[in-house]
This record gives sequence, C-alpha cells and structure tokens, in this order.
Amino acid sequence: MLQDLLLIAPEIWVLSMTCVILFVDLYIKEERRGIIHGLALITLLFAAIITLRADYDGTATAFEGTFVRDQMGDMLKLFSYFVLAMVFIYAKFCLRQFRMFRSDFYTLALEALLGIMLLISANNLIMVYLGLELLALSSYALVAYDRDSRRGSEAAMKYFVLGSMASGMLLYGMSMIYGATGSLDLQQIADAVATSGSDNTLLIFGLVFLIVGLAFKLGVVPFHMWIPDVYQGAPVAVTLFIASVPKLAAFAMAIRLLQSGLGGLHEDWSQMLAILAALSIALGNLAAIAQTNIKRMLAYSTISHMGFVLLGLLPGTAEGFGAGMYYVIVYSLMSAAAFGMVILLSARGVEAEQLDDFKGLNQRDGWYAAIMAMVMFSMAGVPVFVGFFAKWLVIKAALDAGLLWLAVLAVVFSVVGAFYYIRVVKLMYFDEPVSDAAIEAPVDFRAAISLNGVMMLGLGIFSGSLIAICMSSFGA
Amino acid sequence: MASNWPILSLLIWLPIFGGLAILAAGEQRAGLARLLALVVTVVTFALSVVLYAGFDTSTAAMQFTELKPWIETFSIQYHLGVDGFSVPLILLTTFFGPLVVIAGWEIIQTKVHQYMALFLIMEGLMVGVFCALDALLFYVFFEAMLIPMFLVIGMWGGPRRVYATIKFFLYTFLGSVFMLIGLIYLFIQSGSWSILDWHQYPLGLTVQKWLFLGFLAAFSVKIPMWPVHTWLPDAHVEAPTGGSVILAAIMLKIGGYGFVRFSLPITPDASAALDWLVITLSLIAVVYIGFVALVQKDMKKLIAYSSISHMGFVTLGLFLAFAVFQNGGSGRGAALGVEGAMVQMISHGFVSGALFLCVGVLYDRMHSRMIADYGGVANSMPWFAALAVLFFMANSGLPGTSGFVGEFMVILAAFQADFWYAFLAGLTLILGAAYSLWLVKRVIFGEVANNEVGKLEDINAREALVLGTIAAAVLLVGLWPAPLVDLMHESVNGLLQHIQQSKIVVVGG
Repeated sequence: MLQDLLLIAPEIWVLSMTCVILFVDLYIKEERRGIIHGLALITLLFAAIITLRADYDGTATAFEGTFVRDQMGDMLKLFSYFVLAMVFIYAKFCLRQFRMFRSDFYTLALEALLGIMLLISANNLIMVYLGLELLALSSYALVAYDRDSRRGSEAAMKYFVLGSMASGMLLYGMSMIYGATGSLDLQQIADAVATSGSDNTLLIFGLVFLIVGLAFKLGVVPFHMWIPDVYQGAPVAVTLFIASVPKLAAFAMAIRLLQSGLGGLHEDWSQMLAILAALSIALGNLAAIAQTNIKRMLAYSTISHMGFVLLGLLPGTAEGFGAGMYYVIVYSLMSAAAFGMVILLSARGVEAEQLDDFKGLNQRDGWYAAIMAMVMFSMAGVPVFVGFFAKWLVIKAALDAGLLWLAVLAVVFSVVGAFYYIRVVKLMYFDEPVSDAAIEAPVDFRAAISLNGVMMLGLGIFSGSLIAICMSSFGA
Repeated sequence: MASNWPILSLLIWLPIFGGLAILAAGEQRAGLARLLALVVTVVTFALSVVLYAGFDTSTAAMQFTELKPWIETFSIQYHLGVDGFSVPLILLTTFFGPLVVIAGWEIIQTKVHQYMALFLIMEGLMVGVFCALDALLFYVFFEAMLIPMFLVIGMWGGPRRVYATIKFFLYTFLGSVFMLIGLIYLFIQSGSWSILDWHQYPLGLTVQKWLFLGFLAAFSVKIPMWPVHTWLPDAHVEAPTGGSVILAAIMLKIGGYGFVRFSLPITPDASAALDWLVITLSLIAVVYIGFVALVQKDMKKLIAYSSISHMGFVTLGLFLAFAVFQNGGSGRGAALGVEGAMVQMISHGFVSGALFLCVGVLYDRMHSRMIADYGGVANSMPWFAALAVLFFMANSGLPGTSGFVGEFMVILAAFQADFWYAFLAGLTLILGAAYSLWLVKRVIFGEVANNEVGKLEDINAREALVLGTIAAAVLLVGLWPAPLVDLMHESVNGLLQHIQQSKIVVVGG
C-alpha cells in the first residue's frame, strides 16, 4: 500500500496543493494575488522533483494495476510541468492586463494537470476515462473563463457538447471492448486480444469508437471542428493552455489504449490512423492559409501537427512511438512559444488576434521578432530548428510502415504549411509596423519567452539527447 | 601542424558566430557591424587559403576529416571532410565573403547589423554544405541556408521582393523535401547516414531511379534547370546586389555540387539510364534560355537567364560521361566533361558575381536596371566600362578569360559523346556572345543616352577594389587554369572510376 502511495505521490502532491491554493485564495487580498502564482509554480517545481525521485525500475503498477509508472509517463509528466509553468508565466502577464487575474485560472489548470497526469499513467479503461473527464471538465470551465464574453461562452458550450459526445463514443467503445475481452485492465485486454485473435467483430467495433473518441481529443480531421472555434473564442491565456499541455496527455492516451491495450489490433488501427493523419495534414495546412486571425491559424496548424504525430504511431514499432512522443513534446513547446508571442503583443486589454498585429515587429523589437521567426521556422520544419527533427522522425516512421504515399503527402503539405508560417515572418520582417508602441513585458515573461525561443534552436542543434530519451522510453 | 586544427569547423562556425556577435552588438553600432563583418570574412578567407595550402592533390580521399557523434540513436554524425570537388567551391565561397561585405558597405543603410549578420551566417552554412559528409548534416545546412537568403531578399530587395522571396523559398523547399524522403529511405536501407557509405551501398535499378529523381528534384531547382528555373529571375531581380551575388556565385553551385556528391556516386546506374533526361534539359537550358536572355529588357534578368544557360553547361558536362563511355571514349574524355563542369562552376561564380556587382554599381547611381535607360556609360565611367566589358566578354566565353576554359572543355567532351550535343552546346558561344555583347553595346557604348548618364561618376576605390579583385581571378583562371584543374583531378578520376561500376545487385544476392 505504501509502495502504491509512493508511486502516485506526484498526483497526491498536485491535488493537495490545488486545495491549498483554493484555500489560500480565500484569505489574501486582491493585490497580493501574486502569491497564488508563486504557489502554483512551486507546486510544479516540487511535482517535478517528486516525479524524478521515484524509486522503481522499468515499469511499476499501483492499485491493482490501474495506475502505471514508466519512463514515457514520467517524461511526459515532466514536460507537462515545464510547459504548464511557461503557460502560467505567460498567462499572468495577460490575465493582469485583462483584469482577469483570479485564482480560478490556477486551480482549474492544476485540476486539468491532475487529469493529464492520471491519463498519462492510466492502465485501466476506467482510469483513462477518469483522467480524461477531469481534464475535459476543467478545460470547459477554462474556456468560459471570461464570463462576460459571448464568444467565450459560445465556444465553451460548443466544446462541452462536442466533447461530451466524444466521451460518450469513447465509453461506448470501451464497453464493447469490455464485452469482447471481459476486462477493463489494459494488460489483460492485451492478453485477451492475443489469444482470441483479431478477427473479432465486436472488438473491431469497439476499436472504431475508441478511435473516434481519441481523434476528437487529439483534434484530427474529421473530428476537428471544435478546435478553431474554441481556440478563437477562449481568452488567449486559456488557448495557450489548451493548445499545449493537453496534447501530451492525448498522445499518452493513444499510446496506452492502442499500444498497451490493443497492440494486437495494430493492423486495424494503423489503417484508420493513416487516413486520419492524411486528412489532418492536408486539411489543416490548407485551411490555415485562409486565416487572418492568428489564433485560428494556429488552430489549423495544430490540426496538421496532430496529423504528423499520428504518423509516428503508424508502424507500431518502438521507434515510431518514440518519434510520435518526440513530435508531441516539441509541438507543445512550439505552441506555448507561439501563443506566448500572441500574448506579448496584446496590449491594454486588446488581444493581438490579427496576423497584421505582427507587422513590422522586427523594427519594434528585433529579439522578439527573432523568437517568433524561430518558432515559425520550427513549425514549418525548416532545419536546423527542432521542428525539422520531429518531422523527419515521423516521416521515417511513415516510411517504416511502408506508406510512401503518406510520406510524400506529408512533405508536400509541409511545404504548403511553410507558406503560412513564413507569411508571419514576412509580416514581421518585410512590412512596416502599424504601431510604434514599445513592447513591454515583465522580467519573468521576457526570460520565459527567450528561453522558449532559444529552445527552438538549442533543442534542434543538440537534438540527440531528447531523441534518445524518447526512443528509450519505448525500448528502441 | 595546421592539419591538426579542426579547420573545416572553423570555416563553418567562425562566420556564424561572427554573425551572431554582430547581431548582439545591436542596431546602433553600424560601423562596428561593418568592420566586424569585414574582419571575420577576411579571416575566413585566410583560413580557406590555409586549407588550400594543406590540401593534398594526389588523392581522391576525403581530407581534413572531422567526426563526432551528433544524434547517436540514429547514427547521425557531425562528419566533415573535403575533396577536390569541395575545396574549389569553399574557396569561391570565402572569396566572395569579404567582397559582398565591401559591396554593401555604403549602400546598406538600414538594419546594417542584420544585413551583415545574415551574410556571415549564410557564408558559414554554405561552407557547411560543401564540407558535410553526413547526409542529414548536409540537408540541415542545405535547408538552413534558405532562411538568411529569404530574409535578405525580403528585407533589402526591390518592389516585388515579397513575391520573389516567398517564391524562392517555397520552390527550393519543395524540391528538397523530395530529397529528404530519399535520404530517409537510404538510411532505413543502409542503417547509415554517411554519404561515403552510401557511395558503396548496392541498390536495385528501380530504387536508384526513384532516388535519382528525388535528388534531381532538389538539385535541379537549386541549380536551376529548365523548366524549374522560374524562381531565379524573380529572386535575382528583386534581391539586393549582395544577395544576387551570393545567389548566382555560390548558391547555384550547390545544385551542381549535389549532383557530384549525391546523384552520380549514389545512383550511378540510374544516372546512366536517365542521363538523356538531364542532357536534354541541359541543352534546352543552354539554347532556349539563351534566346530568352537575348530579349530581356532588364539587365539583372538578362544575367539571371544567362546564369541558367551557363549552369546548363555544368549539368551537361557532368552527365556526358556516360555517353562518352558508351561510345568507347577514353576516360580522359569523360574527365574533360566533369572537370569542365567544375571549372565552369568556378568561372561562372566569378563572372556572374561580378556582373551583378556591375549592375549594382549602375543601379546605385541611376536606380534603374532597364537597359533602355542607359547608353554611352563608357563616356562618363571609363574605368567601370573597362571592367564591365571584361566581365561580359568572360560571360560570352572569350579565350583568355575563365569563361572560355570550362565551356571549351565541356564542348570537347560533348564531341566524344555525340556530335549534336556538341553542336547545340556550341550554339552558346554565339548566343552568349550575342546577348552579352548586345547588352554592352546598348548600355556601355554608343552616344550618351541622357543627361543622367552623362553625369555619372566613375567607380570609387571601394568598387574598384571589389571589381578589380574579381577581374584578376577571372584572368588568372582563364590564362592559367592548371592549378584549379589539378586540385580536382584526382577526385574526378575517382568519381569516374566509381560510376563505371554498376551498383545493381542480383535479386536475392
């Protein structure tokens, strides 16, 4: 029992601190709310320390196999803490400007983090569902964070209705898998699939529904409709959160369900994922070109990036999973930096939503323009930025799976995608600024965005170690 | 002693870190930025001379190699080395470094630090392309180079710069992603990223053909070959003078270098099977684009088209070898073609760079590139006229200039392959002379066309230094090409021996 509690210590810590923050908020005055921010960062820091100090070898399960700790889970959790810390720092600046600096943001985001952590460590269908719902419900509330915004409420409503439907699909699929295998435990499901063979219609039906639910959470075509509206409708601080950390969890969920549980059905699900990936990469990149709103543009870019993540899952090999994991980690860092820049340009209560707000940034501040340029080139997959290494790894995975057509499609559409990314660079470097207002930001914001930007280059040049970690997470 | 230094790494990273230092110095200190850029490029050139001095011309093996693990999971290495193909191109690159800095000394007045930094970073990346022996490392340099050029054209270019630079970026990016798929495929098959390993790796003919087409997509856009050349005139016309110079003098050569380093040795059988494709496209470039150049009204466009036509000679020379061997021709004939192509690359680097600088000189004074706005420039700018005429003569392949050597060697090789190849290639001597000399007649000689031309000031010391240096190089290579040919001789022989051996393995073997 104690061993179980030790394994789940990071989750317990995050939950306790969330309660503490909720409580502390009752007793502090509005002008001292910075304390909440500090507490949230401390929560993340110690969560990282606790996660790192875990004492187990290889894979360890707790609570009768419902909860699992392994290297992949720990790495994804650590990056979740890191990206969430960035999110908090960026968001503080933005929430202050918009007079929305309340502790709810922190408690909801930490609740969502708890959901993410449970999802990452889930080893049982019920656990997957619990984690997912905790994450989803917190996210719905976050999207409606700006109570008076009609767009925000509409987006939250849309997100809620569609999200509930996806959860329903997922549950339905789970029930069928339970019916076919007689177990909720992913390990036992894997054993049952191995013995009963894969020509079980009920199992395949269950898989289809499971993938629908998964595709919705990842936001891949044709289950992507919520993404642009939610990204645009939510306050930019919340979009920043939704666009970065939960993607790590969605990837973990895909791995847990498809690799750990239904690895025996690889042939079936890889066909489905190939189609989802192809559609996402194509539609995401094409639709992004037409956008003039940067939040929507980044939303469509997310859709295409998630298509690329799926490429990694296709071959069903350790190297492929490692490539997908690397991609999703890199993506969450790029996405955080991109929305951080959107926050930076938002001034005096007006969100810098339009692409034109980036005009002439190089003349206003060369360093911030350079950061955004690095993020954009990285998203476009231009060497030597880190996005390139992620792209070639997943393209290699597609080739490993024998899907040359998909690899060709992916690279052609990454060229299409390059167009709208370099359009942002064009606005920043080649156009005259529309406003001469100096860009001001607090020190912690500047430090965080600089670090985040330099990571695009640094993780690219020194990409070896992170790639090695991702690969070794799956034993490749 | 000198061979113990990581001299190639220095050549790559010195300009890059120099560029970053200039960026860090900030916008206010433009003078410092210029000075620092000049110092760094001159030191880099000096280093490349050290490289040349230490280079052993008696072997085709890679020299000055450096090998460090980079991404160990996929055995990707930081693997550098040079042979007779890369050294001349590295020298060309570093030679143009200081010249470009000096050429932009007074002209560039906005964002000087970014301009200088981008050129330095670009120089380092281009040297990296010529040194990389690991395919992924090559690809990284090959692609990363697009970013500074994209920004240079877009920030300091002409009125249609945005269109031109985005076209340039997307065109070249599209070409190279197909190569990336080929590279990843080769890695999956061979388990190595080393280009030298790939040279030895046996491949079936069908696979080779696909790989060859992948490489062709990347390098034909870069070089550029007809019909994927359309980005080049736009990019050249809109780019600032320095950008045009680097684009024409060095960036196009990377396409030719790619054929030598990838297409020919990795897929020799496919190269032999598809040489007709490259030769046809090359001859179309030489003849058709030559005619296109003839009718241009814009000087930069004319030189851009003439570049495409001249680069057609490079691809022609490289791929003649197979036809020469088929006719039972001597290895010497095939070697003439390849060496001619290499000499042509170097020579075209000097000549096209110089021509763009000449147009830049005129443009800075008149703010027009249109031929019709000029006439009789020789009357007001005699020194400039003398140098410009020399470069245009070299462009048309006048004996005694570098332009003659390469073209002559390629045409000689073409005679051993097929008379009609040689005939069509030989047309360039007429066409090249026609468009070059007609431009000279309309712009430089004749009556003074208008008052503004009459009031032109002759080139100053800075411009004279830049153009004079290149003029010396053009004459040196033209009159005494032996050192250049010796430099690459062994590597060319090695390549030709290599491509004569089939890499096709028996199925199941």
